Amino acid sequence: MTTYEVVLHPASVVEELKKNNITHVVWLPDSETNFMYQLLTGEPSLDLVPVCREGETMAIAAGLWVGGAKPIVLIQNTGIFESGDSIRGLGLDINQPLVMLVGYRGWTRRGVTTDSAAVFIEHILHTWGINYYLIETDEDADRISVAIAEAERTQKPVAVLVGTEFGA
Amino acid sequence: MIDNQEAVKVIDANRGDGVIIATMNANNVHFGLPTVTTKENLDMPVSGAMGKASNVGLGLALAQPNRKVIVLDGDGSLLMNLGAMVTLANKTPRNLCHMVFDNGVYAVTGGQPVPGSGRADWEGMAKAAGYAATFSFENLEDLTTGISDVMAAEGPVFVHLRVKPEIENTPVQFRQRSSRTIHVAIREMPAVLAND
Repeated sequence: MTTYEVVLHPASVVEELKKNNITHVVWLPDSETNFMYQLLTGEPSLDLVPVCREGETMAIAAGLWVGGAKPIVLIQNTGIFESGDSIRGLGLDINQPLVMLVGYRGWTRRGVTTDSAAVFIEHILHTWGINYYLIETDEDADRISVAIAEAERTQKPVAVLVGTEFGA
Repeated sequence: MIDNQEAVKVIDANRGDGVIIATMNANNVHFGLPTVTTKENLDMPVSGAMGKASNVGLGLALAQPNRKVIVLDGDGSLLMNLGAMVTLANKTPRNLCHMVFDNGVYAVTGGQPVPGSGRADWEGMAKAAGYAATFSFENLEDLTTGISDVMAAEGPVFVHLRVKPEIENTPVQFRQRSSRTIHVAIREMPAVLAND
């Protein structure tokens, strides 16, 4: 019987970003993304744009997009709740092909999910009509490319829920 | 205090090929863009996400580092997103000028005072946040004299403008709307920026 290491390495995600010519990562760190930070800061093809609050990320991405760049947003699901006005006004309303990598705090395949950040996030995305993909391992990482292509094709925001902490 | 419309005229006359991103009063059809500006194809009104004009400006400035980006913000708007000043200054965009029209009130909702009106020190906050250069103007004469220094300064630049309140009391559904919307700007501006 073959067993697989269930881990998502930051390198797998960064490779997806590079493959899709992403220019900027607009982000606010969360507990799932420390190893990602170390890799992003060392990647010369990606400009890291740190923010003070998640609602800034969609607006900065909008400016980058209008200016001809190709940004991606990286935040936690708790930040999605904070960002409602930005996602509505500067994502959905202006047809921004915005891809949001979202740390799925509280997600588990086992037992009962008690963290409200996890309980509500998919309902919120459904309410806004934002499609999303779940990634948990390196084998899932190519879904980032799927999300980027979908955002460009539909001219709508698409989310990628990162259901595991990044491995070292 | 500076007349809102006159302030926009002075800025517009000194913008060169700069993009103007405006929100709230500076985007009002009666005394803002594009009524009193002269390069409508480089005007970008930002509505629809409160307090986020300077974030949009930061993104555009990073994507277009050789073009001046001028954000016309409101005091009430920026108060909704004060962390944006630190976010902006942290990326040190040399081509970004962030101007705050301080009228002390929420003009579009009838003129209620904003928190800290007359007490908060905008220029002081900008210095503390790390802007490379800061200015403050209380009257039109000083703005007219100082605008060339503002535009020549290496960014990120912050400008505090003490402007007269222009209170809106017309019911929302009867207010005149500008033909230049964020949707029009987003549709047209990428080609303008690419070819200009």
